[in-house]
Amino acid sequence: MENIRRFCVRLADRRWILPVLLVLGMTFCVVAESTSLLNSYTRFVLTAMLVNVILCVSLNLVNGYLGEFSVGHAGFMALGAYASAMLTTCLFPQTPALFIPAILVGGLMAAVVGFFLALLSFKTRGDYLAIITLAFLMIVKSALENISWVGGPRGLAGIPTLTTLPIAFATAIITLWVIRNLIYSKFGRAVVAIREDEIAANAMGVRTREAKILAFTVSSFFGGVAGALLAHQITFINPGSFDIVKSTEILVMVYLGGIGSLAGSILGAVIFTFLSEALREYGTWRMVILPLILVLLMIFRPRGIMGLRELPWFLPRRELFNRRKKS
Amino acid sequence: MSALLEIEDVTMRFGGLCAISNCRMTVPAGITHGIIGPNGAGKTTLFNLITGIYRPTEGIIRYKGRKISGQRPSRIALEGIGRTFQNIRIFKSLTVLENVRIAYDSQLRYGPMESLMRVGRYGRAEDESIARSMELLEHFGLSGFASIPASGLSYGSQRRLEIARALALKPALLLLDEPAAGMNTGETSALTEFLRDIRDHFQVTMILIEHHMHLVMNLCDKITVLDFGRVIADGTPAEIRANPRVIEAYLGESTE
Amino acid sequence: MAYFAQQAVNAISLGFLYALIALGYTMVYGVLTMINFAHGDLFMLGAFICLLLVTFSPIALPFPILLVLVMLIIGGLGGLIERLAYRPLRDAPRVSAVITALGCGLVISNTTLSISPYSRAMPEVFNDQYFNVFGVGISTLQMLIIGVSLALMIGLDALIQKSRFGMALRAVAFDARSAPLMGISVNRIISLTFLIGTGLGGAAGMLYGMAFPVISASMGVLVGWKAFIAAVIGGIGNIRGAVLGGFILGTVEIFSVATLPSTYRDLISYSLLLVILIFKPYGILGRAPNIKV
Ligand SMILES: Nc1ncnc2c1ncn2[C@@H]1O[C@H](COP(=O)(O)OP(=O)(O)OP(=O)(O)O)[C@@H](O)[C@H]1O
Ligand SMILES: [Mg+2]
Repeated sequence: MENIRRFCVRLADRRWILPVLLVLGMTFCVVAESTSLLNSYTRFVLTAMLVNVILCVSLNLVNGYLGEFSVGHAGFMALGAYASAMLTTCLFPQTPALFIPAILVGGLMAAVVGFFLALLSFKTRGDYLAIITLAFLMIVKSALENISWVGGPRGLAGIPTLTTLPIAFATAIITLWVIRNLIYSKFGRAVVAIREDEIAANAMGVRTREAKILAFTVSSFFGGVAGALLAHQITFINPGSFDIVKSTEILVMVYLGGIGSLAGSILGAVIFTFLSEALREYGTWRMVILPLILVLLMIFRPRGIMGLRELPWFLPRRELFNRRKKS
Repeated sequence: MSALLEIEDVTMRFGGLCAISNCRMTVPAGITHGIIGPNGAGKTTLFNLITGIYRPTEGIIRYKGRKISGQRPSRIALEGIGRTFQNIRIFKSLTVLENVRIAYDSQLRYGPMESLMRVGRYGRAEDESIARSMELLEHFGLSGFASIPASGLSYGSQRRLEIARALALKPALLLLDEPAAGMNTGETSALTEFLRDIRDHFQVTMILIEHHMHLVMNLCDKITVLDFGRVIADGTPAEIRANPRVIEAYLGESTE
Repeated sequence: MAYFAQQAVNAISLGFLYALIALGYTMVYGVLTMINFAHGDLFMLGAFICLLLVTFSPIALPFPILLVLVMLIIGGLGGLIERLAYRPLRDAPRVSAVITALGCGLVISNTTLSISPYSRAMPEVFNDQYFNVFGVGISTLQMLIIGVSLALMIGLDALIQKSRFGMALRAVAFDARSAPLMGISVNRIISLTFLIGTGLGGAAGMLYGMAFPVISASMGVLVGWKAFIAAVIGGIGNIRGAVLGGFILGTVEIFSVATLPSTYRDLISYSLLLVILIFKPYGILGRAPNIKV
């Protein structure tokens, strides 16, 4: 046991492993997509896992690094999913080349709405973000149900299957890269300082409102991107797919993996995907067990598996010497 | 006119409670100014007013001749006012170095895109921020602890870290709220020397709230005494020591 | 005119129900500054417990006994959740408790959904009759809802303003840290607050189930969370605000359904919440909290 631990620690310090893993992963995805190496179910689960990584990392920015509580991530997914699906299904069908722009449009749509929502909600005290995002989630859902040209309550069907394993992999990597670069900059440090002590951060020159809005907008953008990917994976979406249950799933991932750790978010998304697949045969009981896990996590390990620790692979080189040592 | 900080008829009410009433105070550049007064006199409230955490109900606060009351705390901090808190407010789960860097960050000039792409001014600015922050920690004898979480520091070191963090803002005015709280006599006289050194080394004007009279009398050029939100006296340490109203405020009602 | 009066009667009885649920949110928030997201689901459970009691009781239980039983069971459950899930998090960051509450709510609603996947019809608890008062139809049930809610609210108000418990409760809400210095057992007060607050929610669930006799597991989210809007609109933490918010929401809903397609109801309610929060972040009667530095 001790040997395994030491081996892991040594592995974690070998930073060249990360680029190697990336190349291997990408190759694997391309091969798996073009050959029959994996059956379609396995491919589907792996793609879902990558989408979950995007969701978890992006929500972690708000709920983990910033320390606020948003329950609206499913709403941003819905915006991204519907915006991109309208493009690829209704406006420009039969042009798969437009998928990448469509993903971006989905992300931007979510980001714009996220920006205005943040503008409103961070005027007020902390727990009002929970209330505002809850209202936002309900408004998105019932607005979609009332707009007939996006299918109303029946939703949009016949979305082309464009989310391939390589695309999902590449998007997940880009998401991680962007968020990591954001966190290890003055912008990210401001966000984390707010979580630690908002008043002190403010008094130390951190423009708290701007930092919160930035974090929330970036988080919404990637929520929208993940929604776009999901729509083109499952090919059918309706307002009911983006409800509080979906938001809760993402919350479980975030708090399972670790607030304030990218490695934790990946871990959380991976564990959650497999757990969720394993529980699928239990039907609605699945949504009893998952929230129960969330509750137990909050009571016994509120900072998740990784907590605030980060894998050295993700740290910029100049931050390495500043890795948290035990106090 | 060379006053660094001017507080003009400031009043602060919390509901019915008048925590500061008609306070006037002028702090010229280069001096060390003490604020004393019994518990609940409104000393911390005054700091919160200066740093923008509260907005005064009435009155104006000027810094370098410009009105700062009504501005956001971050803006006031960037104008050059650093502070510490009575009950330490460091970023507990961040490293000691990160604590200082966050205050230093406001001086870094790079945009979000440069940090996303890791190009342009980003790299040099980050390197410089680490180097400067380490220098600062060195000065405070904390560089050996740079990479441990701030919560792991001893109480005294946490207080020093808070001062270091405030100085990373490169302030012209430093506000210290009871820096000697919880220290014994020996530690307090060490702190006196330490603060003197900071004042000379960083060239800051200091306002400090303290209950340890020894420290205040030794260090300060001017002293203001607050009681129930009112300025009841101000002057040099010698004048304050001789002022009957101060003695009355501290010892309760005097016999007339 | 008669039409308008009719809608007003409907709005009042719906408003009372929302207010009754909103009280639970607001009481807990007032004492713990925590959003008890599970409250809506306990409200839903109130209707189901009533259904179970009516279905399986060997003798026909009269309405008052039924009401008391439902209130006790739901109140007890609320107290239990507080004890097991919220109390360990009392000193944790506030976010943890909110997440836990959300989780508890989902556990309750999805357990109910798993056991009873379809909507169920609520049997008639007593014989409902319509009266015609100056051309406005009002049913015994509506009168009962108004009467019972009014009685419970007046009782609660008296309890909080006059009794020793109420005094202790206000002390804890004002400053939970110094309340123990006055010899107040904070844990007891919080338990009692949950008991009463969720008990009222349970009563509302039962009344709602009788008024709209198709009950389902999603009622907690669909109706319970609406009452949460009411609490926030009125100013969460403020008991009179909850009642005011309930009436505003009831009125808005009834008149929006009367003039627009009913699918717009949720859209309008939640948009109202958003608009109020933008202009009055702390609700109509709420005040900004005091942050001491
Ligand atoms: N945010 C607030 N809301 C209400 N009252 C406040 C607030 N901040 C301070 N007060 C009150 O204002 C008065 C002055 O408080 P303040 O903290 O400024 O005193 P102080 O002089 O710093 O005392 P101490 O020596 O104990 O630190 C006190 O009565 C306090 O209760
Ligand atoms: Mg003080």
